[in-house]
Amino acid sequence: MSSWILIGLLGLVAVWSVVVLFWERIPHLHIVPPDTKFDFIRFRRISFPISAVLTIAAITLYFTHGLNFGIDFRGGTLIEVQSKSGPADISGMRTTLGTLNLTEFQLQQFGSPTEVLIRIAQQPGGEEGQQAAVQRVRGALGDSVEYRRVEVVGPRVSTELLSYGLIGIFVAIFGILIYLWFRFEWQFALGASIANAHDLVLTIGFMSVAQIDFDLTSIAALLTILGYSLNDTVVIYDRIRELLRRYKRMPFTDLLNASINSTLSRSIVTHLTVTLALLSLLMFGGQAIHSFTATMMFGVVLVGTYTSIFIASPLLIYLGVGEARGHAGKDDPDETEGGRNALKIAALEEQLQASKTEPAPAGDVGGNTPASASTASAPTPAPASASPGKSGKGKGGGKGGKGGGKGRR
Amino acid sequence: MLYFTRWKATAILLTALFVCLFSVPNFFSDATRETWPTWAQRHLVLGLDLQGGSHLLLEVDSNAVRKEKLEQARDDVRRVLREARIGYTGLTVRGNAVEVRLREGTDRQQALTKLRELSQPLSGVLSSTGQRSLDVSMDDTGLVRLVVTEPAIQERIRQSVDQSIQIVERRVNELGTVEPLIQRQGSDRIVVQVPGLQDPTRLKELLGKTAKLDFRMVDQSMSPEQAIQGRPPADSELLYAPAKQGRQPYLIEKRVLVSGADLTDAQPGFDQRTSEPIVSFRFNSSGARKFAQATRENVGRPFAIVLDNEVISAPVIREPILGGSGQISGNFTVEQANDLAILLRAGALPAPLTIIEERTVGPGLGQDSIEKGKLASYVGALWVVIFMLVTYGLFGLIANVAVAINVAMIFGVLSALNATLTLPGIAGIVLTVGIAVDSNVLIYERIREEIRAGRTPLNALDAGFDRALATILDTNITTFIAAAVLFFIGTGPVRGFAVTFGVGIITTVFTAFTVTRLLTAAWARWRRPKFIPI
Repeated sequence: MSSWILIGLLGLVAVWSVVVLFWERIPHLHIVPPDTKFDFIRFRRISFPISAVLTIAAITLYFTHGLNFGIDFRGGTLIEVQSKSGPADISGMRTTLGTLNLTEFQLQQFGSPTEVLIRIAQQPGGEEGQQAAVQRVRGALGDSVEYRRVEVVGPRVSTELLSYGLIGIFVAIFGILIYLWFRFEWQFALGASIANAHDLVLTIGFMSVAQIDFDLTSIAALLTILGYSLNDTVVIYDRIRELLRRYKRMPFTDLLNASINSTLSRSIVTHLTVTLALLSLLMFGGQAIHSFTATMMFGVVLVGTYTSIFIASPLLIYLGVGEARGHAGKDDPDETEGGRNALKIAALEEQLQASKTEPAPAGDVGGNTPASASTASAPTPAPASASPGKSGKGKGGGKGGKGGGKGRR
Repeated sequence: MLYFTRWKATAILLTALFVCLFSVPNFFSDATRETWPTWAQRHLVLGLDLQGGSHLLLEVDSNAVRKEKLEQARDDVRRVLREARIGYTGLTVRGNAVEVRLREGTDRQQALTKLRELSQPLSGVLSSTGQRSLDVSMDDTGLVRLVVTEPAIQERIRQSVDQSIQIVERRVNELGTVEPLIQRQGSDRIVVQVPGLQDPTRLKELLGKTAKLDFRMVDQSMSPEQAIQGRPPADSELLYAPAKQGRQPYLIEKRVLVSGADLTDAQPGFDQRTSEPIVSFRFNSSGARKFAQATRENVGRPFAIVLDNEVISAPVIREPILGGSGQISGNFTVEQANDLAILLRAGALPAPLTIIEERTVGPGLGQDSIEKGKLASYVGALWVVIFMLVTYGLFGLIANVAVAINVAMIFGVLSALNATLTLPGIAGIVLTVGIAVDSNVLIYERIREEIRAGRTPLNALDAGFDRALATILDTNITTFIAAAVLFFIGTGPVRGFAVTFGVGIITTVFTAFTVTRLLTAAWARWRRPKFIPI
């Protein structure tokens, strides 16, 4: 049944693909209207307090509710059984296990009514104690159930896994910080890291509320959220950097708004595709990765986007990115939209048709496109007009970034 | 950005095709693949969470190895001093050292020289480290301290783990399982993965026994009861029968007549008279000689068969056993006799193994996971593909082709790496599909912007690619850092996720920089567009 639906959809996709290939005027979906000008930055007066409250709430939750540490980090035993005859008799099983002298255990329906998840806390008696407990449970439940999964983690392994997990998260944050510091300015790196920490704290708060098992896959989810939320932040930061170079006199808040608005469509489209992928995993991927995808859904889709737009970008104001601006130079006419006159485009057109094996000449001021390089106009070297004494902050960043831009090509 | 020389375009297409080709072996059965050359056999391996099976992490008891090493040093000291006829008192193991006090009036220098001969240079990977196995020192009162150096102990632990791996391999292979994986992990751990094993109880029993078999004499100088109340003689110790035989105490000499290391074969069987399950064994020639001599000298006295410090049986020697073979009976069940024979054939572990982690997945769950993973992947991919078509039309089609190539390349790379595919790994691929189109989205949104800014079609395409690629690189490197970290800290299924996610990022960057551009350029050359349908 479901395979027929899949085949049908596949056929639809094929037909559609042929249609778009030959009939180019087919209308497209524009999720964000082309000239959206929403004042995101003003929202920081709301978003910052909200985030502060949420962060505090998440931390409080962590300490009051606690995280539902899974056996990976707490040690213990997890047994997933499926009843061989109809729905599982959970209360009966509870009574049976109650006679086994286990220090602490929980039973829970898992997925379908025939499946039960048994969690047994770490038993006294070190590594052997855990094995003995599994043996007793297997003996007590016998052949009435099918053992779908048995996981036993001893005290030594669980301590190691927890420390590896925590070290991993810190190493990842640190590595990303260093990378951003090289590619952008330290303010950007710091802003992204704060935003990142904010994401992680909120996600941990969510896991605390939803009582999702915190295990090795949660660390995987957290690291993915980390990478992905950054992905988003970097896209906006990239645009901010570009506009910083191009518009020397635009007020910084306007510039931030312009950056966010111009990348808004991309942010939303990408989030929709990721959401679709995650949603499919969440709906059809089964219980085994349910908590993994649920965590990711929250972290990537809800928190990640919000953070890069409402936290990471406005943070740059407070980190002093825009301070040395406004009087340090003037807008670069060559790069402004008005400056792109027909003549230059024609020149580019010609260049395009001709061989274009070589990118911009090495001597070019790196931030410019090949187009402006070929028509190199007088006012282009704007950075040169900056007063040398002030070049430490925003301006220096511009130069550093340009260097990087050249290297890339 | 949109111009490709012919050779460059060919190179890109060939690279993509080449990488994709690596995924081909996955479509053939194991039997077909085996007829191929080895380089073509590389394929994806399903993780234990998908095909079902048992994963055990064993730890070699390094404290036992340490203790044994120290006791061995103590015995060596005793032997040397006795041979040299040097008087001593108080020979003990204290901490990491053996201590012995030389008697008054002995030639201390001679004793020290003799003892120093025990210390051997360590031959490690770096052979000229100058490290020796013992640090020998003496104080004014004649107290000699022989410190067993840490490198010597580590070397011994390493050897023990190596030996243990061999023995574990032999024991696991006796179970007749398919392709078990046995690997060292860290300094003192061994991973055992047995695909398809549903109930690891028997495996755990086999691995949990040291299987140290000794033949020793029973000490008849006093009864076991007397020994329990008083003190057993210095050269004997109290050992018990296994619990199911009622834990009867025996007083057994410490001296070993013949050990299990001298066995060449052990087979389960039945006693001809009582038809009780037994294990019959055969000694090698030196073991046979030692056993013959011992039995000749002790006719009429009981000897004990000791397995892992439990007395399995203590028969009386009726006549000398000269043939070098014998049998062990001890109220075994058929299965126990079977297991004992396996253990004896495989040999004794140098140190006990402890199971510190176990993860077993039944075949039912594995199959469910595969099916759910497949369905989720298909549905997720379809949704993304449809969404891209709706949003970008023709360019959505290009993105979809790029993503298809991307996924094929992921499978190619994973196959070439002989990587393990786990359920989180499948999630990683689905997520990659969602994220891979991001690179296209970045490019297309940029193109839309450039068109709005008034650029001509080709110009807009060119600028869109040019400016978006830097961003694509930046975003993917940050994500890759997270994936790399995950790879190093993760194990099992989580590592499988890190691998697919990381490989996915690399192929995504590749397709964004080459395939998408190439397709766009091909389209532009074909249609010479006056307007960009984006």
